[in-house]
Amino acid sequence: MHAPRNERLELRSTARMKELLAEYFGRLGSAAKDRSAPVAWCSSVGPAEMLRALGFEVFFPENHGAMLGAFRMANECMSKAHARGYSQEICSYLTSDVGAYLAGKTPLTAYGMDSAPRADVLVFNTNQCREVQDWFEFYGREWKVPVVGVTSFRSVGEVTEPLVTAITRQMEDLVPTLEGIAGKRLDPARLSEVVGLSRQCSDLWKACLGTAAHRPSPLTFFDSTIHMAPAVLLRGTPDAISYYELLLAELQERIAGGVAAVPGELHRLYWEGMPMWGKLREHASMFAQMHTCVVASTYCNSWIFEALDPADPLRSMARASLELFIARSDGPKQRYIERMVEQFHVDGVLFHDCRTCPHNSNTRYGMPGRLREESGIPSVTVEGDHTDLRCYSAEQSRTSIEGFVEQLADR
Amino acid sequence: MSAAGSAKGGANTLFGGIDSGSWNTKAVIIGGDCRWLGSAVVRTGADLEGAAGAAFELALRAAGLGREALDAVWATGFGRRSIPFAHGTRTELDCHARGVRHHVQGATTIIDIGGQDAKVIRLDAEGRRISHRMNRKCAAGTGSFLDEMALRLDTSTDRLPELAAKFSEEVELGSFCTVFSGTELLGAIRGGKRPADLARAAYKSVVRRVLEMDVFDGQVAGTGGVVAHHPMVLDLFAQHLGARLIVPPHPQELGAFGAALAARESILNQGLEPAPEAADLP
Repeated sequence: MHAPRNERLELRSTARMKELLAEYFGRLGSAAKDRSAPVAWCSSVGPAEMLRALGFEVFFPENHGAMLGAFRMANECMSKAHARGYSQEICSYLTSDVGAYLAGKTPLTAYGMDSAPRADVLVFNTNQCREVQDWFEFYGREWKVPVVGVTSFRSVGEVTEPLVTAITRQMEDLVPTLEGIAGKRLDPARLSEVVGLSRQCSDLWKACLGTAAHRPSPLTFFDSTIHMAPAVLLRGTPDAISYYELLLAELQERIAGGVAAVPGELHRLYWEGMPMWGKLREHASMFAQMHTCVVASTYCNSWIFEALDPADPLRSMARASLELFIARSDGPKQRYIERMVEQFHVDGVLFHDCRTCPHNSNTRYGMPGRLREESGIPSVTVEGDHTDLRCYSAEQSRTSIEGFVEQLADR
Repeated sequence: MSAAGSAKGGANTLFGGIDSGSWNTKAVIIGGDCRWLGSAVVRTGADLEGAAGAAFELALRAAGLGREALDAVWATGFGRRSIPFAHGTRTELDCHARGVRHHVQGATTIIDIGGQDAKVIRLDAEGRRISHRMNRKCAAGTGSFLDEMALRLDTSTDRLPELAAKFSEEVELGSFCTVFSGTELLGAIRGGKRPADLARAAYKSVVRRVLEMDVFDGQVAGTGGVVAHHPMVLDLFAQHLGARLIVPPHPQELGAFGAALAARESILNQGLEPAPEAADLP
């Protein structure tokens, strides 16, 4: 596919991804409507493998929040949640999703659904934030269904065996409740198989993202935020694996052909923090016009789970949940960013200070200054939000980003 | 106007810079030797292109020149992309840095306080930009904050310096939010505080907000309209920093001067490309 000059080049694999997503949402919609399978809501990096092994259709509400943002529906919906006492200062995924429920709106109409699917159980892991628990408890009260989960550790330095054991025990404790709702026993062999599939998906997703280390990069962060959907929604299924085999082949083809995702790539950035879903297209276009490729991100890397091991499913799931960037303390986070800057040959880092997601905003405890002083890594901070566009000043941000690119060019 | 890209001898060349700011549009004309030949400041209003044209014509008149004499004109400021006769654009971060670097040697931290935003720009010993910070999505710490406080004090921003100079008591105002500070100011008036003391408090609020934006060590330079027209700000920075800000000539027009320097560099050094958007957007 050709792109206009100075526009990001689209990936042709997108067509297959759209088919897969239509099938996924079709299954979810049928399960909720026909009661053909139990439906579980799961936080995005929660114990999805356990739910799949028990035969649940799994819905990830952060994805719904992101869609509300990308479809520019979030701001009209979240006001309904604010009016119910859910603050403007808390996660705008939560407020836009709860608001969409209250307003009877959803972008899932694109997939033939008239609402997010009603859950039989909601399963969280607070490794990413406490908000997922508060969010799920809203629906637990609305639908009078169980809300269960893992109360995890936060700001983890070294991932030690006692920490992994504590999370494993909590996961084991979930099993009887989930078996009761699913109406079947958890088959260890099936769990092992699903964890193995998730690991393969993770490895292939990592390989896809890794192609961006090539200069010029065949992939931008803005592509990755779209193409991560199977890793989020379909991990633990063969569909996700076949999709990333397809995508990886296309990216390798681009590398072999010297095809740049951003024509005339001059500068390479790393995106630290949440995407701004309602501004993806605008941002992709803006960076392409500046001949700047945002090659990699912490966010898209967060669906790489290298600890997953089919030989030790639950314990490896527990370890993977603790090794996540978002769950770590600033020391490991800083070293991770330094590694990424080196691996992806990055000229500078863009930090998104996300107003309502403090857990995914690594600007608030001096990280940009330490990176500059200790490692010579230049950065720029842009204030915004993942879905609440009121928190974003387009003109001011553009000047700041453009000024940063000028700074990199003048070095 | 001569076609951009034509190479001429430095002494015979002429350049223009326009800074399309949120409140004021500034234009500066310089010679190839960087000599200041003329400048103008007009209200920006709602017609960015019209304001830029008016400022440019006034600056040309002050320089005794016609448009056709100039070799290149570059634009900066928030309205930089709305000036069709500009040959290139750079951000105001770049242009203020260029302007300061022309006058000040060595590692420098620049404080630029404009109508809509405040910026802190750090230059290394060679004058290269190494970082910048901009104010949050809030007018606290900017010229708009002073406008709002002047309104509440029933005076104009132009007369705020004169009022503040008559202060006799130190009063504190918040620096987090313009609206809240306005409410706080009304409360202080009801509590019997004097307008002169509150005018000074408004300046202290701006200075405190800017000082929160970065660490200030080494020499610090000041630019922008607030620095140019509100001397109490300079006194307050000096109190906090232990030294007075270095204020280059024409601080309000320094961004436009920086844009003119960028125009000059584009022709004389043949090394500066227009920002991609100006060159490539349809």
